[in-house]
Amino acid sequence: MNVTITVNGEKTSHEVEDRTLLVHYLRDAAGLTATNIGCDTSTCGSCTVLLGGESVKSCTVLAAQADGEEVRTVEGLAGDDGEMDAVQKAFQQNHALQCGFCTPGMVMAATSLLKENPDPTEDEVRWALKGNLCRCTGYHNIVQAVLAAAEGTR
Amino acid sequence: MIPPKFVYRRAGSAEEALSLVAEYGEEAKFIAGGHSLLPLMKLRLSQPEVLVDIGRIGELSYVRAEADHIAIGALTRYHDLETSGLLAEELPLLAHASGHVGDPQVRHRGTIGGSIAHGDSASDVPAVVLALDATLVVSGPSGVREIPAGEFFRGPFETALEPDELLTEIRLPRPASPAWAFQKLTHRAIDWAIVGVAVQGRAVGLVNMGSTPLRATAVERALADGASIADAAALAAEGTSPFADANASSEYRSHVVRVLVRRALEEAGAR
Amino acid sequence: MSILGTRVVRTEDPRLLTHGATYVEDLRLPELRGAAYATFVRSPMAHARITEIDVSAALAEPGVVAVLTAKDLEGAAGGTAAANAEPLLAADVVRFAGEPVALVLTDEHYQGEDAAELVSVDYDPLDAVIGVQAGLRDETLLFPDAGTNVVSTGGAEEFDDKAFADCEVVVQRTIVNQRVAAAPLEGRAAAAGWADDRLTLWASTQNVHAVKAAVAGRLGLDADAIRVVAPDVGGGFGAKIGIDREAIAVAWAARRTGRAVRWVETRNENLMAMSHGRAQRHTLTIGGSRDGRVGAYRLEIVQDCGAYIRMGTLMPTLTTLMASGVYDLPKVEVAHRTVLTNTTPIGAYRGAGRPEATAAIERAMDLFAAEIGMDPVEVRRRNLVAPDKFPFTTPTGATYDTGEYEKALDTVLEAAGYQELRAEQQRRRERGDPLQLGVGVSTYVEITGGNPEWGETASLEVHTDGAVTVWTGSSPHGQGHATAWAMLVQDELGIPMDKITVRHGDTDVLKEGTGTFGSRSLQLGGSAVHNAAVEVKEVARELAAEEMEADPADLVLDVDSGTWTVRGVPGQGVSWARLAERAGEGGLSANTKFASAQATFPFGAHVAVVELDVETGRARLVRHVTVDDAGPVLNPILAEGQRHGGIAQGAAQALFEEMAYDEYGNPITATLMDYSFISAAELPSFELVAMETPTTANPLGVKGIGEAGTIGATPAVQSAVVDAVAHLGVRHIDMPATPEHVWTAINEARTAQ
Repeated sequence: MNVTITVNGEKTSHEVEDRTLLVHYLRDAAGLTATNIGCDTSTCGSCTVLLGGESVKSCTVLAAQADGEEVRTVEGLAGDDGEMDAVQKAFQQNHALQCGFCTPGMVMAATSLLKENPDPTEDEVRWALKGNLCRCTGYHNIVQAVLAAAEGTR
Repeated sequence: MIPPKFVYRRAGSAEEALSLVAEYGEEAKFIAGGHSLLPLMKLRLSQPEVLVDIGRIGELSYVRAEADHIAIGALTRYHDLETSGLLAEELPLLAHASGHVGDPQVRHRGTIGGSIAHGDSASDVPAVVLALDATLVVSGPSGVREIPAGEFFRGPFETALEPDELLTEIRLPRPASPAWAFQKLTHRAIDWAIVGVAVQGRAVGLVNMGSTPLRATAVERALADGASIADAAALAAEGTSPFADANASSEYRSHVVRVLVRRALEEAGAR
Repeated sequence: MSILGTRVVRTEDPRLLTHGATYVEDLRLPELRGAAYATFVRSPMAHARITEIDVSAALAEPGVVAVLTAKDLEGAAGGTAAANAEPLLAADVVRFAGEPVALVLTDEHYQGEDAAELVSVDYDPLDAVIGVQAGLRDETLLFPDAGTNVVSTGGAEEFDDKAFADCEVVVQRTIVNQRVAAAPLEGRAAAAGWADDRLTLWASTQNVHAVKAAVAGRLGLDADAIRVVAPDVGGGFGAKIGIDREAIAVAWAARRTGRAVRWVETRNENLMAMSHGRAQRHTLTIGGSRDGRVGAYRLEIVQDCGAYIRMGTLMPTLTTLMASGVYDLPKVEVAHRTVLTNTTPIGAYRGAGRPEATAAIERAMDLFAAEIGMDPVEVRRRNLVAPDKFPFTTPTGATYDTGEYEKALDTVLEAAGYQELRAEQQRRRERGDPLQLGVGVSTYVEITGGNPEWGETASLEVHTDGAVTVWTGSSPHGQGHATAWAMLVQDELGIPMDKITVRHGDTDVLKEGTGTFGSRSLQLGGSAVHNAAVEVKEVARELAAEEMEADPADLVLDVDSGTWTVRGVPGQGVSWARLAERAGEGGLSANTKFASAQATFPFGAHVAVVELDVETGRARLVRHVTVDDAGPVLNPILAEGQRHGGIAQGAAQALFEEMAYDEYGNPITATLMDYSFISAAELPSFELVAMETPTTANPLGVKGIGEAGTIGATPAVQSAVVDAVAHLGVRHIDMPATPEHVWTAINEARTAQ
């Protein structure tokens, strides 16, 4: 079937299988490989993107279900000049990434959180990120980064 | 990790959904948020040949105050239940429990109808709507049925829904008592409840204490008879048959349910 | 002002944050265009004979290029493998659930699982040997020709039965250091392509040079015929040291089919077939006098090897080496055995043998303290190695370079507010609060350098535009070496970091290297980079002297501006770019290797605080305070990140994680839903205290920080949980301290009283 999705502001259209997962549409059809797959039970959140402005696990959404919708991935956050946005900058400033595998999903989850709750407490940040697993950082700096990004945009 | 092949059809309305399922018969399943079904399909534990996507049927997503009940469209997402001002006011138990399902990503997709139709006794919302004495409104080729929650959950992943029927609305009577509480014991924050308890007034719903969500009827009877919270809670495991699995033994679950029922009743009473 | 020791954000990050890293699965190279996708068929049985494999139905599926089994491998692989080595594909017998049995190649990714499902394998079940007790019984042998499941023994051949004769108090207990999964977020992955009889293997690995040697050996190839590249690697934690059989099978399959092949495992495969960690059973015996002095400590280790030897024979030797920890004990006896079972093979996992040693001795100290009724902190104090005893050689043969153990302990206790914690604990006990407080203290030392005698390589070149490329033999997979090594070069040469590029992970470019594991990279790889910079500086000095017609001894490098000037001659200076021009292409460069005869011994102390719901047994880690001393800190940001990550993994083992099997050898925890990999919601923010005690083992004076956090955290958290219910009579709870484990321990203690 043909699926049309606006990804990072650009309309894309590809012929895919009915069963094609959104994450594979993004990675293989649209060529955006930043979004990663870390598990097979919708647990790890590495595949998190924004669908209609809200965080979703793209491994648990069919491309067909996103047909006609807007998706944003981490590749679509920086400005046209390549300048990182507030969340990305906060992640770098706070050393909130090590190997980088969980990072795109983590950044999108953080972005969605701050949209819904612009001034979260530490507990709220930890709670909101429970669907995004990281093996490297112990989460400490990720939490600091999200709080810093919230403060920066206050 | 990859679902087996299937045919995808999208329904724009409840009528279209029903006619598509009638067209394809037993091989078709509805998909709404997909967070119960897709994970099973990715593990190839469920292999429907046709998926009828009802996720875009906007007319089935609502939270409305009616004269004598709150009406919730089956396709209302957890996120919308969690953030509904109306629910916070009228049914805070449901709003609160919805906010504790899974994680934000799940809550942006998962629907109340999907959870109820899936019929997993380990899910929170079925036990909540059971405690709230919900009526489930179901549409099918033979018309509309209204099924009390107490008759809806039949067995593990088995409900009163026929394969060609669509759950369209959940009707919740306005609670007589404002006292509510929701207590859940998990290992990790993202885990299914080892045991969960939903209290509204004297109604007590149990998560993961049997093959369906349950009411703790022995507790409710004791409370009605004037028993203290402590004495009533001691009966919480009666009539339950909790599973033993990797997360907990049956014995531990029976112990925990007594603790959580007591805590939930105390918390509700304090409101 | 030196940049060393300052907080420098990572140069790696902008790419990772805006474009994403390029892991094996992301490779879109011309060499891999049209590559076939590999999907493995794996045994669902833990122990069985393969009687038949029927691939005909699979072959008929759309897009199937080939379905390969051990039969196709016979004679064709060409290399050598020991009798009990892991076959590339199981031939006659499968020995753990998840062992690969067939390899399906398809044109497209999604076709792989469809076809793999149709490969029909007939198994004749054999009894599954699960758990070390069953392994030791030798009733069912994994390799009948070997006559036993025990594959190695070591340490004391005989224990001295008078060892504890003079002890007033003796405590013995058998405890478990449970099997865990490494579970990096990126699983295993590889891609292989052949051109002109030469193999290029892209692999998610921690050490490309070792992979090259392993593949050459297994496939019977000349080393020259192989190039191994590690693109970005999404975490390793020891489980990506070297390469597993699947990647070698992929390389072979690429040659066999004449087509490039790419492979990425699923998480389920990763949890079943990537190396597991820990899995030791410990029998501890500790004795001493009532004044707190320990007289003797005995540790018997049984290591579960899994079904094949990966690192199951190595791990307990490291445990033995570090058995006595930070303590100066008159008598220490350690013996170990490694036994095969029908489970996933054991490899290295963050700490690799040393967390086990620390967990054992710390548990022993706490048990001893409980028996004599003394504060466990006080017991530790009375047995620590004194600061004037370094270098200190332990009874098991480790020579600790430098250490200030009591200072670490005092520092962490002060930072944690230990006295106030005990006071709060007491208040809650008196009130009978539903949430009790538990305080756990650990003191630890560990060995880093990961075979320091193998050293590490570095190559540094200054280009004619003044930019620098450094090639390092280290192999970062999240550690931030590109930033750290650039800092070292800027510090030495005065060339700004934004002009320094650090590359790694290609055996064609850097012919020799060791890789990143065992917390070795800064002390060895960093020292090599430092030495290369020093060497280049001297080459530059000569060139500058020629350029300025001056005596080399009069040449001065102004590190702040990156300019060479002649002492006493103001104004005129020469740039690095000019000197590189002068030297000609590749002339201003150095190739070095730094090796050390000496391992290094970072140390520290942790305080963990848990709140425990006594009615349900659920413990929550609410504070974790640490001192982790690995010598001078090059970049505090990076060091803190390593400590955080280590603490999280250590706490996770104590409270949540276990790779479990049922009695038939079916893995019970083979998804991230079932395996309790923790999230941010389970952890607090950590409180790190700085302490730096240098070593003399390398020019930077540094030890390794990568694994220290894990080693210190596990015993502190386990101890905190036990401590929270000690007043109820509980002396020990095996890890993971799940709510039910704790509840059971409380009930048993109540019954015993």
